[in-house]
Amino acid sequence: MDSSQLFGICMLAYLLSAAFYLGLLIFKQPRAGQIGMLLALAGVVVQTAAIGLRWYESYQLGHGHAPLTNMYESLVFFAWCTTLLYLYLEYRYKARVVGAFVLPCAAVAMAYASFSDRIDDRINPLIPALQSNWLIAHVVTCFIGYAAFAVAGGLGLMYLIKRRAVQRQAPADSIGGSLPELRVIDDLTHRTIVFGFLWLSAGIITGAVWANEAWGTYWSWDPKETWSIITWFLYASTLHARFTRGWSGRRIAWLAIAGFFAVFFTYFGVNFLLSGLHSYGSS
Amino acid sequence: MTPPANQPVRSFFASVQLALLLLFLLAATSIIGTIIPQNSPPSFYIEKYGAQTARLFQLLDITDMYNSWWFLALLTLFAVNLVVCSLERIPGVIRTVRRDGLQTAPDQLDRQPCRQAVDLAAPVAEASQRAAALLRAHGWKPREAATADGRLLFAERGPWTRFGVYVVHLSILVILAGALVGSSTVASRLLRNPDFAFKGSVMLPEGESTGHILAFKSGRRVDLGFTLRCDAFAIEYYDNGMPKTYRSSVTVLEDGKPVRTAEIEVNRPLTHRGVTFYQSSYQAGREYVVSLTKQPDNLSHTAVVPPAREIAWPETGVRYGIINRENQGEVTRRLKIWFADGQGEPAVFWVPAGEETTVERPTGTYRLQARQLYATGLQATRDPGVWLVYGGCLLMLIGLYIAFFLSHRRLWVRVEPAAQGSRLLFAGTANKNRVAFEKKFSDLVAELDTHR
Repeated sequence: MDSSQLFGICMLAYLLSAAFYLGLLIFKQPRAGQIGMLLALAGVVVQTAAIGLRWYESYQLGHGHAPLTNMYESLVFFAWCTTLLYLYLEYRYKARVVGAFVLPCAAVAMAYASFSDRIDDRINPLIPALQSNWLIAHVVTCFIGYAAFAVAGGLGLMYLIKRRAVQRQAPADSIGGSLPELRVIDDLTHRTIVFGFLWLSAGIITGAVWANEAWGTYWSWDPKETWSIITWFLYASTLHARFTRGWSGRRIAWLAIAGFFAVFFTYFGVNFLLSGLHSYGSS
Repeated sequence: MTPPANQPVRSFFASVQLALLLLFLLAATSIIGTIIPQNSPPSFYIEKYGAQTARLFQLLDITDMYNSWWFLALLTLFAVNLVVCSLERIPGVIRTVRRDGLQTAPDQLDRQPCRQAVDLAAPVAEASQRAAALLRAHGWKPREAATADGRLLFAERGPWTRFGVYVVHLSILVILAGALVGSSTVASRLLRNPDFAFKGSVMLPEGESTGHILAFKSGRRVDLGFTLRCDAFAIEYYDNGMPKTYRSSVTVLEDGKPVRTAEIEVNRPLTHRGVTFYQSSYQAGREYVVSLTKQPDNLSHTAVVPPAREIAWPETGVRYGIINRENQGEVTRRLKIWFADGQGEPAVFWVPAGEETTVERPTGTYRLQARQLYATGLQATRDPGVWLVYGGCLLMLIGLYIAFFLSHRRLWVRVEPAAQGSRLLFAGTANKNRVAFEKKFSDLVAELDTHR
């Protein structure tokens, strides 16, 4: 048994989990939601083992480093963070149907990591620039932030669907009608954004400290840095609009979705469309 | 607080709309520099975008937009907005924080959204004591005052957390201040002291020393005040050919005397007297250091050898030379050596660069090593603002934590006489995270309820 087999099992679990959560959303079968949750949980457990195993395997190969160093590993870690964060939200706020908006995201990340030929899943040794303890701190903080923003984007989408259902006075057993109350979704979106904002800030800061250690410049307006600060500005605006202008509901939901697009571009777009220091995505 | 309407300038800078607009403008304009490559030579822009567009870029500083006057103006405006906004609001926050909950009119509590009444059989004095004990048991520190017909208890937690958001604002200003202090432009233009903050580089061949570096952009010579010598430069590779380590072994000399030696690697810079040296590049030279030893005579010899030249080692009568090289880019991986000692056919063999090899000859056993000469490229930075930036970053994380996760919670208990003893009205407010507060609030009240 090697880590790539475990990642395969995990991907399957997430895909099935996403399907069951969507089943819960469409057919209102509480059993489907339970199965979806158990599958997601099983996926996270298997994935945790797989990440640990990949870490161990890198030591077997003689270069020994945390599995957080290329696009493949970052996608895997993103899926792991997202699912874990979602499971916590489900446990804490009992809003199971949210899974239909989040698990597909984790499943797609895992599937893309496994099947895209742009993604190299081999364990490679670290080039000198990546040999730093800041690597783990930087990647972990950034991806907790990314995961939170992915969840917030899902919640934003859910809010808009629910709002339409409310406006059309859809029956309680329709797709929209069965979603949590608008007030609850709005509150959850806000909390998730706040959580993500703190971690994104920490991610930018750890990146800056690391850049200063490696290159002697904590900020060089490299495209990745610039897009991360654009994302930060966007969420800072969202928080100010809410705190000082009283924005909530639909407008925050749209901003949560727009914010996720900025996150997505920071993560993917920069690597594939622009050039810069963060070349881990080009391999 | 002065009514902002009388002061249009101040109210303009104090508005949140301006803050939102600036955040949006900063985000939107920042995109430009991620699409149009920055700081390339003028010819690049002319070739890629045409002469006319290139001239427009030049005019608007698009080619170095993050240092352009208009982007810096936006940042300045942002900082001013941050200061005015915060100063405008802090007095109100101070008033809120200082407001004594015991001065709250008792009948105002009836209008608090979060409130709960409990009837106790005990008289007012005893009931208020029990309520105070309950609050204390939960970590609150209630104060008490007499009202017209009963008593009022008040306790609060975390009033200072209301300043969390201003800590974040301050942290941004500290970071910007740190960036200013560490800016080489500010050092040379405003302070007229270019040695205060600079970024530059030096290309130092092995065995050579330097007392200065060349600043980026201006190309100005910056004196270090000490001497740096490169003793050796080495590249290590993984088995698959990927580079593993770039390492410069250096010695720092003051007044010609060595004071410290260090190894500089990527991610392991060396700081001496405020100047930090980073491993940033290297150049592979065209010459090689060849070391030879001969046994059993115990003789040794070292020479700097260019390719295709015959070298003599007179003590032994050996002649040798590098007749071929296998390069990867500029880096030599293997060398072909020609080796003669005047007896029999000369030996011709390949040797990996930097590795020692043994040559058995009729005249003795020779050990030979050929190492390529490198120059190490070091970036040298003096950034006195970096600790301000780091301090600001830490302050920001602390401020964000306070602003998002800690709240100012207030709790009142109004105790008044009732027909069957006394009636207690609990009321509470929290400026954040109300749902969690309300849960704790009702748990607390329920505890008194079950103990009566």
